[in-house]
Amino acid sequence: MNSKLFSYNYIDTPVHRLSGLTKLIAFLFLTFAVMFSYDIRVILLVMVFSLFVLRLSKIKYRQIRLMVIYVAVFIITNAIITFFFSPEEGVKIYGTRHVLFKIAGPYVVTQEQLFYQLTKLFKYSSVIPLGITFLLTTNPSEFASALNGVGVHYKAAYAVSLTLRYFPDIQREYRNISLSQQARGLDMSKKAGFATRVKNALLIIIPLVFSTLDRIELISNAMDLRGFGKHNRRSWFSKKPFTTSDFIALFISVLIFTGTILVSVFINHGRFYNPFI
Amino acid sequence: MKDYFKVTTRTIVATGLGAALFMLLFMYVKVPSPIPETSLQTAYGLGAFFAVLFGPIAGGLIAFIGHALSDALQYGSPWWSWVIASGVCGFAYGLAYKKTGVEEGEFKGKSIVVFNIIQIVGNIIAWVVIAPVLDIVIYKEPVNLVFTQGIVAAAMNSVTVAIIGTLLLVAYNATRTQKGSLDKE
Repeated sequence: MNSKLFSYNYIDTPVHRLSGLTKLIAFLFLTFAVMFSYDIRVILLVMVFSLFVLRLSKIKYRQIRLMVIYVAVFIITNAIITFFFSPEEGVKIYGTRHVLFKIAGPYVVTQEQLFYQLTKLFKYSSVIPLGITFLLTTNPSEFASALNGVGVHYKAAYAVSLTLRYFPDIQREYRNISLSQQARGLDMSKKAGFATRVKNALLIIIPLVFSTLDRIELISNAMDLRGFGKHNRRSWFSKKPFTTSDFIALFISVLIFTGTILVSVFINHGRFYNPFI
Repeated sequence: MKDYFKVTTRTIVATGLGAALFMLLFMYVKVPSPIPETSLQTAYGLGAFFAVLFGPIAGGLIAFIGHALSDALQYGSPWWSWVIASGVCGFAYGLAYKKTGVEEGEFKGKSIVVFNIIQIVGNIIAWVVIAPVLDIVIYKEPVNLVFTQGIVAAAMNSVTVAIIGTLLLVAYNATRTQKGSLDKE
């Protein structure tokens, strides 16, 4: 269990130098572009771009190995159950049917289905490098100011910043409670039955929740005494001013976003790119 | 009704720490259920508990922030349709705020039933309506797949909240002093 939340550390790269607000806006623009488009050409272009950004920010494979494994499992499971639940989805979308080979019953592999699932696979994997870059190159305390910058109310942004601040503490406490309960003979392994495991989970959650409730009182009193929430706006200690490279980054992401929309509207006449007609 | 949406410093802090707890449970404390390949997400039980204590705004934000951040940590990018559905169900749990009398030490019998009806309705709205519809609108996932996933999720989360949420509230209830528990001698 990794006790540091984001393994953020500062390296001097163009991506790290950007302000958190720029990175958040660019992340949102690019992910929405990929979310919207089902055109494999656009998706591959964004994917190449996002891999380039990942490389530019000098993130090492070691830092992201676990995420890559999780994502691979998720994408493969999604592909299998998509085929299992609707093997004719591609035919429905593209309107033609080119059978490749039969498996059994309704499970026929068609070119359309293959193309649909391939597009989807790239669509889901192309946003991952963006998310990883954003998380690993943004200072967690700058994140709250960035959220406030895109229009989230500062109280909600502050809640997010509290989450990031207290997650490692709560994680440490969880580990202490879990270990001490196990020392007292609590069975956390797969051998225990369902009811026992629910009970055991509760034996860890209850002390954790009650200590957190105490902490909530303490922190909110401290914040009240310092006059939190008296005004409608607040300033942020860790806010970076905009530089030229921020404007360039914003311009590129807006360009990609509008490009995607324009391709969908004028070339594909819809969210899907249809090579079958 | 205005009380439901009042945001004090305490609400903000509860949201922040609640979301951290939600994240932790969401990632590490899952109980595999007797049905293969599914597990009880204890995080929703906790979300419901915080929602009843601190209201719908806190409940909704806790589930939204907690789910988004744990998705981001595990997958690099949040799965927005389910994150939004999480927020909606957290908000819905919060409608039981001040209806259960848990702060007065009166969480028993009828209150337990009220809490569970609210959470089941909330889960159905979030997972059988909102999550699948957003999956279709945002991601164009196949229709029958997303509704099956939604129904399974609604059932699992209702069971989780019914067990973990109720038991947490009972435990909290036991720490409160009952109204009128002092007699004049």
